[in-house]
Amino acid sequence: MNDQNTLSTLQAVLSRHGNDGTRLMQILRETQEALGWLSPATLTAVAKTIGWPRAKVEGTAAFYSFFHTRPRGKYCVLWSDNITDRMLGNRDLMQAMCEKLWLEPGRLSEDGLVSVNTTSCTGMCDQGPALLVNYRAITRMDMARVEQMVELIRSETPLDQWPAEWFRVEDNVRRADILLSGNFVPGSALRAAVARATADGTTASNDRSVKESLPRGLVGPTAMLDEMRLSNLRGRGGAGFSTRLKWEACRNAPLKDGQTRIVVCNADEGEPGTFKDRVLLSAHADLVFEGMTVAAYAIGATKGFVYLRGEYRYLLEPLNEVLARRRQANLLGKNILGLSGADFDIEIHLGAGAYVCGEESALIESLEGKPGRPRIRPPFPVTNGYLDQPTIVNNVETFASTAMIALNGGEWFSKIGTKQSTGTKILSVSGDVLRPGLYEYPFGVTIQQVLDDAGAKGCVQGVQVSGPSGITLSADELERRIAFEDTPTAGAMMVFDCSRDMFEVAHNFAHFFAHESCGFCTPCRVGTQIVARLMDKLATNHGSQYDISELFKMHRLMQGASHCGLGNTACNSIFDTLNKFKPAYERRLKSLDFEPAFDLDAALSEARQMTGRDDAGAHLSNELSHVETSR
Amino acid sequence: MSEQQTFLLDNEEIPFNPGETIMQAAKAAGKYIPHLCWHPEFKPHGSCKLCTVKVNGRFGSSCTMQATAGITVENRTTELDDKRRTLLQMLFIEGNHFCPSCEKSGNCLLQATAYDLGMMSPHFDHFYPDRPVDASHPDVLLDFNRCILCSLCVQASELADKKFVFNMGGRGMRGRKIIINSESGKLGDTNFSVDDRAASICPVGVILKKRVGFAVPYGERKYDKAPASVVEVAK
Repeated sequence: MNDQNTLSTLQAVLSRHGNDGTRLMQILRETQEALGWLSPATLTAVAKTIGWPRAKVEGTAAFYSFFHTRPRGKYCVLWSDNITDRMLGNRDLMQAMCEKLWLEPGRLSEDGLVSVNTTSCTGMCDQGPALLVNYRAITRMDMARVEQMVELIRSETPLDQWPAEWFRVEDNVRRADILLSGNFVPGSALRAAVARATADGTTASNDRSVKESLPRGLVGPTAMLDEMRLSNLRGRGGAGFSTRLKWEACRNAPLKDGQTRIVVCNADEGEPGTFKDRVLLSAHADLVFEGMTVAAYAIGATKGFVYLRGEYRYLLEPLNEVLARRRQANLLGKNILGLSGADFDIEIHLGAGAYVCGEESALIESLEGKPGRPRIRPPFPVTNGYLDQPTIVNNVETFASTAMIALNGGEWFSKIGTKQSTGTKILSVSGDVLRPGLYEYPFGVTIQQVLDDAGAKGCVQGVQVSGPSGITLSADELERRIAFEDTPTAGAMMVFDCSRDMFEVAHNFAHFFAHESCGFCTPCRVGTQIVARLMDKLATNHGSQYDISELFKMHRLMQGASHCGLGNTACNSIFDTLNKFKPAYERRLKSLDFEPAFDLDAALSEARQMTGRDDAGAHLSNELSHVETSR
Repeated sequence: MSEQQTFLLDNEEIPFNPGETIMQAAKAAGKYIPHLCWHPEFKPHGSCKLCTVKVNGRFGSSCTMQATAGITVENRTTELDDKRRTLLQMLFIEGNHFCPSCEKSGNCLLQATAYDLGMMSPHFDHFYPDRPVDASHPDVLLDFNRCILCSLCVQASELADKKFVFNMGGRGMRGRKIIINSESGKLGDTNFSVDDRAASICPVGVILKKRVGFAVPYGERKYDKAPASVVEVAK
């Protein structure tokens, strides 16, 4: 750090964040955007300024995929590698790109110009194959674009001179209901919520929430909670916990001196196959922010965060513009809508490539500038959340629904959907359908109905509902319904026609979990790796019945003993596909009893690479040689 | 004085004081729940999952779960010990553990627990990770090949020594490792001392004091004299 420019850039970033260590994620991201990577000297300087041990700063920097603690290429290309991207041919395109650039995947080119690698699903499954270039999203890749992109990289053309068309992200709303129909007037839900209060109830929420036992229904915030109770709204992140119960627990949690209550919007949307929150935030941000403000009013919170996944970096500026507009309209800030003491503001925090941060306590850790490691629970965030303050974490869609409840009332909402699953659900449909995109339905819709509307191509073999951690449905289960009491979902629906290999679906997911495991607990850290290796062994036709038994054993272990939902659900799709699509596995088995994992021929691959040979004589047997090429 | 509260551990009544975890109450009653990352001096970490028990039929970590009156806890059942053996095997194959040449052999909690639970083989294919050693410190050698990521050194250095020499960093199996609090990443460039609490907390053979190796011969060490299930509940 001898370069004066580097130093002043760093100091500018740090002082913009008040040298506050809890803002480390944003400090590191902005520093990296300015300096390219996070050098050892940079981390030392950051640690010194924020007053943290250096190892703690490095711990955060090393945790997130999007932070680079080694020099990064001038162009960092990351191909989204969800199964839907693969079905659209991303692997061939990526290989072609690497060949044209004379690169190996994952390696920085010798001139330091470019690296090409894969990343977990970037949330563009309806317009893939997708990729990120220097963390900017590009959609609809094809061979022509690959060729053009290689030229732009070689000529070192700055990103803002690349074709704007490449960065265009479509909303693809195919069916809209109460949330996506888009005629929401900013402020209308808040005004409706406040209007429900009786005359003596216009004191602001945070004035009141310190006093805990107010009579029900007398005042605005409790009137809003009553509407939430009537609405029976359940969390849209997939778990389906009662939103009202979560809010009441937070509202009733005692505050220590200097504390406030916190509203967090979970926009981490990392579940592969899900992209609804991206559209809600790009096209209906007011609805989401208003829902957050209503929640703050109800529970007496003064501070709000949107935790936006790093893949959606391009949404940061537009969202900040919406926030600025809302502040001007007195829908955020001090004395909102003229209510004395109704203070609430929202800030966007960007993540940096870690699926596990979708877990609410890991998300809070990340908001505090730490690695996204799920906390030991209890205590729960509603009592001990962000910086130990009572905190609610809700999904983007939950807040959007909240705004509609505030506007039209809980009873109106409860009449939509089914008795136990009220309201609507936005489904992100991708894979083998003619019209991929968003479909919003009242709860209770059958899978078949969604497939018909989306134009499922030919015969449907399977549907992955709620992403890799969800459930794999077979063709004879398509009459099942989207509802918490039947098929719960966070919103993803990936469709596979009869030409697809369901083993490859589970294989892709196994590697996803191995990549995303935070590494904290033994069963998940080691288990996801063992599972990925077992699936690799099967994929290269070296497996046996023994390996399948091992997969079941790992599922049983990880499901019970893991620290959080990631490990608990990591084998779901393997379990489902083994039970429902057994032939996809059986046709790969080499023998029915046992095959060793050690592969003599594969062990020679390094020698082959060094000698530049790949002829038959360099292999132990011809039968094994296809293993190399399929890898 | 109110009546002593109890819960059932493998059908035996265990008394506990309010606020105690299942692990603490069990240890006080002389009942062994296998563990690696838990240490009575420090906050429970809850990561190794060896102490997984079934509380009223549901899995949970006994080191982090508070004891409550009347719960039924299963501990040394065939099902749970099977899972523990698998977890031990996973820890063995994840690192590079060569007990016959390890200075910690006989004083190693991982080894002793594996003996105690009757782990007969590593079962899985070894991962053989590449983990360089750090010999930069004059008095202490760090051999990360044996690290089980329990974080006890992190806690000891932060809470007991007030130094924060270690942190747990990275993500997943490939990334997760001990981070040393220096720009070079070397222990020799920190203020770590051989007298630190953290220098003697490692349950396995990562943090080794130089020039005192094999002072006590194999066969006469802690877990040579008594198995983990006895040593770990001794008062």
